[in-house]
Amino acid sequence: MKTFGTISGAAATLKMINVDTDQIIPKQYLSAISRIGLGKGLFHDFRYDTNNNENPDFVLNREPYRDAKILITSENFGCGSSREHAPWSLDDFGIRCVIAPSFADIFFNNCIKNGLLLIIMDEDKVKKLMTVAENPQTCNMTVDLDAQTIVLADGTSVSFEIEPFRKQRLQEGLDDISITLQRRDEIATFEAKQKAIMPWLYRP
Amino acid sequence: MSTPKTLFDKIWESHVVAENDDGTSLLYIDMHLTHEVTSWPGFENMRLNNRPVHRTDAVLAVPDHVIPTTGRGERIQNDQARIQFETLIKNCKEFGVPLIPLLDARQGIVHIIGPEQGATQPGITLVCGDSHTATHGAFGCLAFGIGSSEVEHVLSTQTLVQKRPKNMRIAVNGELSLGVSGKDMILAIIGAIGTAGGTGHVVEYVGSAISALSMEGRMTVCNMTIEGGARAGLIAPDETTFHYVKGRPLAPNEDQWDAAMTYWKTLPSDEDAAYDKEVALDAATIAPQVTWGTSPEDVVPIDGCVPDPSAAADEKQRDAIQAAIAYMGLEANKPITDIKVNRAFIGSCTNGRIEDMRAAAKVAEGRKLADGVRAMVVPGSGLVKAQAEAEGLDKTLTKAGFEWRDPGCSMCIAMNGDILEPGERCASTSNRNFKGRQGRDSRTHLVSPAMAAAAAIEGHFVDVRDLAS
Repeated sequence: MKTFGTISGAAATLKMINVDTDQIIPKQYLSAISRIGLGKGLFHDFRYDTNNNENPDFVLNREPYRDAKILITSENFGCGSSREHAPWSLDDFGIRCVIAPSFADIFFNNCIKNGLLLIIMDEDKVKKLMTVAENPQTCNMTVDLDAQTIVLADGTSVSFEIEPFRKQRLQEGLDDISITLQRRDEIATFEAKQKAIMPWLYRP
Repeated sequence: MSTPKTLFDKIWESHVVAENDDGTSLLYIDMHLTHEVTSWPGFENMRLNNRPVHRTDAVLAVPDHVIPTTGRGERIQNDQARIQFETLIKNCKEFGVPLIPLLDARQGIVHIIGPEQGATQPGITLVCGDSHTATHGAFGCLAFGIGSSEVEHVLSTQTLVQKRPKNMRIAVNGELSLGVSGKDMILAIIGAIGTAGGTGHVVEYVGSAISALSMEGRMTVCNMTIEGGARAGLIAPDETTFHYVKGRPLAPNEDQWDAAMTYWKTLPSDEDAAYDKEVALDAATIAPQVTWGTSPEDVVPIDGCVPDPSAAADEKQRDAIQAAIAYMGLEANKPITDIKVNRAFIGSCTNGRIEDMRAAAKVAEGRKLADGVRAMVVPGSGLVKAQAEAEGLDKTLTKAGFEWRDPGCSMCIAMNGDILEPGERCASTSNRNFKGRQGRDSRTHLVSPAMAAAAAIEGHFVDVRDLAS
């Protein structure tokens, strides 16, 4: 897994509640067996018209947000389908950090697994960041995970909270499966105990 | 005396392999269901890292999302879909994972076949790379959707690293009126709690109206728990549950049955168990529900109207309502019964079971589709299809003008070619009315099977209770 340290770049805003994973990446990108190039499908129906021409009004089609590294959005971002294509497409586009008042649970877990930093922040603070980000002159920000700060273009800094376990995972880019596999013995002990009590869960 | 525990607490605590210092738990997973769309990255990485599947007897695969619902057995025309489908078969063979093949009579939507095959049982932990895994909670098992990385974690270790969710209880007491189903109940619940109302929680559904539901109705309720933000919904196992599970291929066999029953009966929540959040609804007040917008929480009773943005609680809500009305091509204050439809879809993991087929056929009996309406019925599995055909439901439906198709996810996710054209308006028994969900610029109204069939016959939404013969 990629590590997360510090990222700097434009922050784009998407003022919309309940943005579901179908909006983040629609179904036509789900039948491939590759993660490569999913960034072009990010927010597909917002970004392109029915003839696949760019919609000039959408934030990610405007400078300097074409190269956005950060997304600031509203409540319950990432609700709906469990598709991991959602974090993959954000990552492939170049967005490694999303800031919102709340996120949906499965999307939240999927982002942890892909080294994306989700920052949960009070709505008032999010609104202030949106105002700063909406101005192309001031939209560049630096997100520093170690310091837990977002440094704005004018040098002011906004702090954020993150659970220690999530912070550590992002900092170290840990491979969860390797870590769990080191606990084979504990898993085997659990299985032996369970099999003795509930043999019907173990099929020949 | 020990602290009273909820059904969720009991299942969770009996599956903790280890507690981690950071507050997460290593949770054992008893059953893993999988399909073509979200499993390939896991198999790919396992091949690269030379890791086997930890327990092939605890996983079951079936193709469902991308497969066509006509011309079964013919070559899948869409190259990407065919490759993804073939990749699942290849991976299952290579890793020794049991697979229900496409042409097998048992094939169907992963959340329909799990219960049918007895893979879904009380007290277990069950996961699948699909958010509607919540369905299986109807059996009193802890079932939740996961992403592809977690699919790989379960395949490789039979465990997941999870943060313990909180307990939420939703009580529905009283009796549902005739013509009102589990679908209307869950839509009304989502309308009441909102699409993020259950975030961070596992929901336990209790009350006389829940107990009175069949297993099919309970699965519909639990299925859409994710639309209320909670990853898992639970219903305590009872005689209805035990009766459904008994005798199924993967269920405990006769020698094991008594021991299993003894354990299952210890699962219901203790009296005085504490919940972090509680909601109550009166079943008698629930009318058939119809969504008007682009989130499942955008729902009103059939005698209601499209909301007026000017009456919204705040600016965010007003913007959301305005955007939804514009996308849906509706006007504020329009009565729901004035909304015309040109498509209907009956099927999905929400409403693709035998009871749903019966409800649609009952409405269709002796009637014809309205002019200009195209209606598809897609049974949730080969077994549902065979049962429906044995009861003559297919004949009743096709006589009324409905299409009778082969099992799959079909137009719930519209990945297989079953799709709406831009601007088409559909009465759909599926679970999501998100923008573009059933096709770009398509308009989805979520309803029960009886309500979808009634709308297809009348050409606009009607109260199915007025239509009853």
